[in-house]
Amino acid sequence: MLDWMNRFPQMNEETLRNLKRFIDDNFREFTRSYGAMIEGFFDPLRQMLIQAERLMLGMPWLLVLLIVGALAWAGSRSVRLMAASVLTLAAIGYFGMWEDTMRTIAMILVCTLVAICIGIPLGILMARSNRVQSGMNPVLDVMQTMPSFVYLIPVVMLLGIGRVAGMIAVVVYALPPIVRLTNLGVREVDREVIEAADAFGSSAWQKLWNVQLPLALPTIMAGVNQTIMMALAMVVIASMIGVQGLGQPVLRAISNQYFTLGLFNGFAIVGIAIIFDRISQAFGRRLQKHRGGMDV
Amino acid sequence: MSEPIGIEIRNLYKIFGARPLDYVDAVRRGMTKTELNQKHRHVLGLRDINISVEPGTIQVIMGLSGSGKSTLIRHINRLIEPTAGEIVIDGQDVVAMSPAELREFRRHKTAMVFQKFALLPHRTVLDNVAYGLEVQGVAQAQRHRAAMNWIERVGLAGYESRYPSQLSGGMQQRVGLARALANDAPILLMDEAYSALDPLIRYDMQTVLLDLQKEFRKTIIFITHDFDEALRIGDRIALLRDGSIIQEGTGQEMVLQPADDYVSSFVQHVDRAKVVQVASVMQPLTAEAQGPAIPGRANLGEAIRMMSAEGVDRLTVLDQAGRAVGLVPMTRAVAVAAGGS
Ligand SMILES: Nc1ncnc2c1ncn2[C@@H]1O[C@H](COP(=O)(O)OP(=O)(O)OP(=O)(O)O)[C@@H](O)[C@H]1O
Ligand SMILES: [Mg+2]
Repeated sequence: MLDWMNRFPQMNEETLRNLKRFIDDNFREFTRSYGAMIEGFFDPLRQMLIQAERLMLGMPWLLVLLIVGALAWAGSRSVRLMAASVLTLAAIGYFGMWEDTMRTIAMILVCTLVAICIGIPLGILMARSNRVQSGMNPVLDVMQTMPSFVYLIPVVMLLGIGRVAGMIAVVVYALPPIVRLTNLGVREVDREVIEAADAFGSSAWQKLWNVQLPLALPTIMAGVNQTIMMALAMVVIASMIGVQGLGQPVLRAISNQYFTLGLFNGFAIVGIAIIFDRISQAFGRRLQKHRGGMDV
Repeated sequence: MSEPIGIEIRNLYKIFGARPLDYVDAVRRGMTKTELNQKHRHVLGLRDINISVEPGTIQVIMGLSGSGKSTLIRHINRLIEPTAGEIVIDGQDVVAMSPAELREFRRHKTAMVFQKFALLPHRTVLDNVAYGLEVQGVAQAQRHRAAMNWIERVGLAGYESRYPSQLSGGMQQRVGLARALANDAPILLMDEAYSALDPLIRYDMQTVLLDLQKEFRKTIIFITHDFDEALRIGDRIALLRDGSIIQEGTGQEMVLQPADDYVSSFVQHVDRAKVVQVASVMQPLTAEAQGPAIPGRANLGEAIRMMSAEGVDRLTVLDQAGRAVGLVPMTRAVAVAAGGS
C-alpha cells in the first residue's frame, strides 16, 4: 500500500531501455559516417604528438638534463632549484624509467600547448562578455567534474584507442584552469589603466596586446602551471587508452600487483610534476617582478 | 605645436542605470538626485551642464566627493557616454563621433592624467611616456626621441629606464604628465591628478604645470578638491554639487560673491588677502592721484604690506596701461582681507 512511497516513481523500464538504445544507435551511426572525417581533422595533432615523442626520445640524455637545468636557472636564478631538477631527472633515468619519462614529457608538453592555444583565446572571450562567461562556467564545471571515463567512451568510439584519444582526455581535463585564470586575469586589470589605454585612443586590439594581456600574464601563468599539473594527473588514465609513458607501468603494476614497479613509476610522475611546477612558478614570479614594491 | 582650441559643453545630462533615457525628461522637469535614486534606482550623474572653456585657459572643476567631477571630465573624451547634450570641440560634436572618429580624436586632440597615475607597470618610464605616440603608430626611434624630450621637461632625466614601481608617487605623476604631454594634444584633462601627492610635492607639480602652460598654452580641465590649488591653477573655476554647476567664475568672484551657502562653505577658509585683487575693492578716485601706486592686479596682501612699509593709509590703483583708476584705503583692504565684503 505504501509501495509508491518506497519505490521512486521512475520511468517505465521499457521506455528507458529504448531511449538508451536510441541514443547509442544514433551515435554509432554518426561514428560510422563521420569517423574518418573527424580522424582526419585530428591528424595534424597526431603527427605533432609523434614528432614530439620522437624529439624527446632522440635527444641525448645529457642534452635533456642540460636544457632542464638551463630552464630552471633562467626561471629562478637559484642553484638549488637547478641542481634539484637535474638530480631528480637523473635519478628517474638511473632507475630505468628514462624512455617512459621522455614519452610522458612529450605528451604533457603537447597537451599543455594545445590547452594554451585553446584556453587563452577562450578566456579572453569570456572576459570580454558577461554572457559568454555565464555560458562557459557550467561547461567548465562539467569538464572538471565529469569522470574522464565517461567522455572517453565517445572519444574512443570516434578515434579509436591511442595517442589522440588520450590527448583529448588530458586536454579536456586540463583546460578549465587556464580558461578560468585567463578570464580572471583580464578582468582584474586595473580599471584606471584600461581607462588610460582608452583615453589615448587605443584600438581594442592595441588595448588587449599592450595592456590587458601583459598585466594578466602572471595570472595566466598560474593557469598554465595548474594546467600542467592536471595534465600530469591524467597520465595514468590516459595510459588506459593506449598512451605510452609512465602511466603504463603503473597500470601493469596494478593488474599484476607489482608493488615496487608501481611505486617507482608513481614517484617518477611526482618527480617531474614537481620539476614542472617549480620551474613554471619561477617563470611566473619573474613576470611579477615589476608589479611589487621598490625592492626589485 | 598645436593651436589652442576651446571646449563647449551644452545641456549635458548623465543618468546612470539600465534605462536612463526614460528619466531624462523627469530630471529636466526638476526631479532631484535623491528622488531619482529612491523611486527609480537610477543615479543622477550630471544635470544640465553648460560650460564654455576658452582656448588656452585652465578651467578648474571643484566639488565634494560624488558631485560628478570625474563623470564630467570623462564626457569630454567620451570615456562616458552622455544621456543627452552635446560637447563641441574644434567644430565637432564629440557625442556624434563614430568609434573610429572618436579614436582619432582621442589620439590627437586630448590627453589625460589620472589620479592614481594609471601607468603601465610592465613598461619602463620611456615606454610609458611614448605610449600615446605608439598608439598613433609613430616609429620607435621617433617616439623615443619625443618621449625623452618630455621626460627631461618634467625633471625625470636619468629615470627613463626605470619601472613605475621603482618611483615615488610624485615621480610617477611626472611620468603621467609627460605621457599626456607627449601626445601634443591641445586639450589636457587632469582628474584629481595631484590629489594623491603630499602638499609640498603637489606645490612643485603645480609649478611644473604652470611653467609648461606659459610655454604651450593648452586648454586644460583640472579637477581638484582643494580650493587653494584651484585658485593657484585655475583661470576660471566651476563648482559642482549633485551633478549641477552651482557657480562658475574666477576664484575672486567666488570668494567675493558666493552664489549660496554651499559655495561660501567652500571658500570660507581661503586666504582672501592672497586671492582678492586690489582692482575689485578699490573706490573711485576722489581727487588728483597722489602717493604710492599699485597695479590693480596685485592682491590685498601686497597692498597692505606696501602701505605699512611706506607708512601711508591709501594707495592709488593703476590699470594695465599705468593710468590711475581708483584708490584703496588701508581700512577697506584690511576689512576685505579679514572676511568683510
Ligand atoms: N558607473 C556608474 N554607475 C552608477 N553610478 C555612478 C557610476 N559612476 C559614477 N556614479 C555616480 O555618479 C556620481 C558622481 O560620481 P563621480 O565619480 O563623478 O564623482 P566625483 O565628483 O569624481 O567624486 P570623487 O571626488 O570621489 O572622485 C556619484 O553619485 C557616483 O556614485
Ligand atoms: Mg572622481
